[in-house]
Amino acid sequence: MEITVIVNGQSREVPAGSTAADLVTALGFAGRPLAVEVNEAVVPRLRLADCRLKPGDRLELVTLVGGG
Amino acid sequence: MPQPPTVPSTFTSSTDEPLRVGGMTLASRLVVGTGKYASHAEMAACLEASGTDCVTVAVRRERLINAAGENILNHIDLSRYLLLPNTAGCYTADDAVRVARLGRELLRELGNPGAEWVKLEVLGDTRTLLPDPVGTLEATQRLVAEGFTVLVYTSDDPVVAKRLKDLGAASVMPAGSPIGSGQGILNANNLRICMEYLKEGDPDYPVIVDAGVGTASDVAAAMELGVDGVLLNTAIAHAAHPLRMAEAMRAACFAGRQAWLAGRIPKKLYATASSPDEGRIARPA
Repeated sequence: MEITVIVNGQSREVPAGSTAADLVTALGFAGRPLAVEVNEAVVPRLRLADCRLKPGDRLELVTLVGGG
Repeated sequence: MPQPPTVPSTFTSSTDEPLRVGGMTLASRLVVGTGKYASHAEMAACLEASGTDCVTVAVRRERLINAAGENILNHIDLSRYLLLPNTAGCYTADDAVRVARLGRELLRELGNPGAEWVKLEVLGDTRTLLPDPVGTLEATQRLVAEGFTVLVYTSDDPVVAKRLKDLGAASVMPAGSPIGSGQGILNANNLRICMEYLKEGDPDYPVIVDAGVGTASDVAAAMELGVDGVLLNTAIAHAAHPLRMAEAMRAACFAGRQAWLAGRIPKKLYATASSPDEGRIARPA
């Protein structure tokens, strides 16, 4: 069974029971500089594996880019 | 035969203090942005040529497609540069606070000492990118309460500048002119009043001109007003020859700082001869 979450503004199906860490890995972002926000609250990297996703969760996966 | 003069490759003064801001000590008084360069390699070369040891970065969504793109961090030596994450592109205090928290999380993971810092921007509209003073004040208060060291981008309004300091901003950073406009310092007198207000009874409080620089003389002019540093990005990144402009900015920052410390002569309406009047063979005029 799959649930729908919103990742960086786009709908995405993930297996029910997935954690935020699972999603980061599935997207190929493991090991990259990344910060994760779930429903507008930052989830520290060490807690991503404890963060079980619920239908409709809104995630932001961000990194650093050039800026002034 | 006389030797040709040598151009100094570095600009340092043995009698100047380093820039201290928010618990950090910076060797250079230039803070340089990392945006808008033609390539990461060009950016890295320009950062080095500018002499800076503190660079700003932005927080943006990872691309879900084509995620293989190279990360800018592969081109910034984190042992050498302090990162200053910004909240660029935020138009509300809520968004700026969120972005500041995400930037902190990213920098903590990197172990960069800039993690507790933020360059706060809360913008009013997309055309001018002028700061929203109400949102900027609100976000400053909230971020200071969360323990952030807030370096805050603002206009050159002296009253707002004072309010931001009163709320606990570690540095107030008035714009010389709109972001990326290259118009330089439009209202030196407002900056002078900002300096008076911010440094009254607190001469070491750091004031950094952020935004508007177009060319080297703008940096020198800002430093000659006695500001503690200058933050710039586009003036280097979009110069016809960015590397040469980075060198110019480094020299201008040093020149302006030295001139401020040296103390300029007052301006006078009439001339004063540099050669002695005594002993002239010419008849008096």
